[in-house]
Amino acid sequence: MAQAPGKRPLSPHLEIWRWGPAMLVSILHRITGNGLAFVGLALLLWWIGALAGGPASYQTFLDWVWLAPAGGLQTVTAILGKVVLVGLTWAFFQHMATGIRHFVLDIGAGYELEANARWSSLTILFSVAATSVFWAVVLLH
Amino acid sequence: MGNGTSIGRVRGLGSSHHGTHHFLSSRLTAVGNLVLIPFLMISLALMPSHDYATVHAWAAKPLPATALILIMINTFHHARLGVQVMLEDYIHEEGGKIAAWLLVNLVPFAGAAFGIVSVVRIALGGA
Repeated sequence: MAQAPGKRPLSPHLEIWRWGPAMLVSILHRITGNGLAFVGLALLLWWIGALAGGPASYQTFLDWVWLAPAGGLQTVTAILGKVVLVGLTWAFFQHMATGIRHFVLDIGAGYELEANARWSSLTILFSVAATSVFWAVVLLH
Repeated sequence: MGNGTSIGRVRGLGSSHHGTHHFLSSRLTAVGNLVLIPFLMISLALMPSHDYATVHAWAAKPLPATALILIMINTFHHARLGVQVMLEDYIHEEGGKIAAWLLVNLVPFAGAAFGIVSVVRIALGGA
């Protein structure tokens, strides 16, 4: 063997680290992306399928996700529906912002420690602000 | 396997020569999403009402219907690529890999097909 396995040098600092903005938005990109893929696209299909099915099936969708006219279990799912919809909106804006950040990193820019941390933090600021603006428009429009 | 030299041990473990295509497809569909999803969200946010008649009339128009069908293609493709990378990172047993392979290669196509059929039905009449 050219190099015996197990005898390679190990970093002495594997356990000395703290959370930084870049690490946070990196894992958030994965979590929001997969959340959008599994929950977001499932909801998108339910919505478009209900809309294609006619007024009755669309009303069922609205009742279970938002309106809850029947009370009972619908009250629970409608609260859940609102939480999920707001969550998906935030997930989209966060994933979009970190996605644009990835485009910048792809061209080899933005790796300086300070700039990297600053742009990482800004993606979170953006996603929270954009989510607030979006729902303000939806609810007040 | 190799003969114990450095190059021998890594031969066959490297690029499957599809890496750049996957990477570029992911970026390309991301750009598509950057146009399509804000279009959907802004359209929904600015709608005067979200009752059946309003939403159905909107989705039946040519431009929104086209955007919705493109979302079914582009966004499902983007999601498939991303979920595949996530599964590759976390699933290491053979059985799990087969399940992941089936999931990633069948479910997005089924979902996209259902979405496209729905939009076509809305746009071309039916219900």
